[in-house]
Amino acid sequence: MLTLDYSHTADHRLGGARSQAIIGVVASGNLEILLERVLPGAACEVQIATPVKGYDATWEAVVTEFVSRSSPGGLRISINDGGARPDTAYLRLMQGCALMERS
Amino acid sequence: MMQDVASRENGSWLQATARQRLAGLLDPGSFAEFIGPEQRVESPHLPIFDLPRAFDDGVVIGRGTLGGVAVLVAAQEGQFMGGTFGEVSGAKLVGLVRAARDHKQLPQTILLLLDSGGVRLQEANAGELAVAELMRAIVQARCGGVAVIALVGGKAGAFGGAGLTAGTCSRVVVSEQGRIGVSGPEVIETNKGVEEYDSRDKALVWSVCGGKNRRLIGMADAFTDDTMDGFRAAAQAQLAVSKPLDLRTLQHEQARLAHRERTLGGCNDAAAMWTVMGVPDPDAVAGLDTLDFITLAHSIKDANHDAR
Repeated sequence: MLTLDYSHTADHRLGGARSQAIIGVVASGNLEILLERVLPGAACEVQIATPVKGYDATWEAVVTEFVSRSSPGGLRISINDGGARPDTAYLRLMQGCALMERS
Repeated sequence: MMQDVASRENGSWLQATARQRLAGLLDPGSFAEFIGPEQRVESPHLPIFDLPRAFDDGVVIGRGTLGGVAVLVAAQEGQFMGGTFGEVSGAKLVGLVRAARDHKQLPQTILLLLDSGGVRLQEANAGELAVAELMRAIVQARCGGVAVIALVGGKAGAFGGAGLTAGTCSRVVVSEQGRIGVSGPEVIETNKGVEEYDSRDKALVWSVCGGKNRRLIGMADAFTDDTMDGFRAAAQAQLAVSKPLDLRTLQHEQARLAHRERTLGGCNDAAAMWTVMGVPDPDAVAGLDTLDFITLAHSIKDANHDAR
């Protein structure tokens, strides 16, 4: 199992009042994402546990793009990966943010 | 709890995740989870096999209301490791049922959203123990007046320990897509040969362990279409008719099963069983829509009983 950690400073703090949300399932080609509003200011941490090795650069690119586009400031994001493709991972991250932005 | 398209009234139970099913089943906003994913109570065994874990280990437990009635709920996530019973996922199920058994101030109705192939092979000893403990806890809880209602309509069905568990419940609700059994089709084919049971013959598989046959032979008490509202309505109807387990119930169950063995034991396929049971047109059963099938099931004597 490979663990990847990324720390970012987002553009701003994510809106919404939810303290946590979970989206997706650990299944083949899928992943689950737990989002928790526990960090100060615009900090954002993403931790990924994946059984698939050798895609560090791809994960980094997905996370960087996601942070710049969604500005998930204040979130700790934890991922259990079941071998999701980058587009699925990106989609789930956006879905998770949308859930957190609900009132 | 999220509210999304998948949890709407006509959303498919089969396609939904465990969390989407709970959102579609319970009164909106009523669900409160126990040991949520943020607590990260995950399997201690899967990392040894380099397999990914889930934050809830594939079982979601909690409480909520169904039509205003307080209930405890447990939902297996069939997409994660086949909804299997592991050390943690099993303990969550056992703990929930024991809590209802021991604490009368808790809701005295448990809805079990089964979606499982049985024991998780990577943690089989813990899983087998969990199944045994769960069945024992259900029986003890039922003796104390707790109603345990199984809802079966997920892709993994209810096989192995989940099939056994369904057999210990007060009532069982199933959809056409739901399957209930002990050894699954692939297991039977592997052990007995393709001549005995062709697991790729989906019509055969569903005619034997699918919801319609299980309802007709009395393994399930209610039949619903594959929607959130269907399961919601069926579960609500069962709340009213679940009775405590006592010696009389067990005697009725023993008599019912003996009768089934006597009358259906010589049949080679589902259509032969339905003929014996008095279904007028066995070949038409697979094509019946939900309402027509429910009407048929109500008209068949042996499909309805006060055992269990």
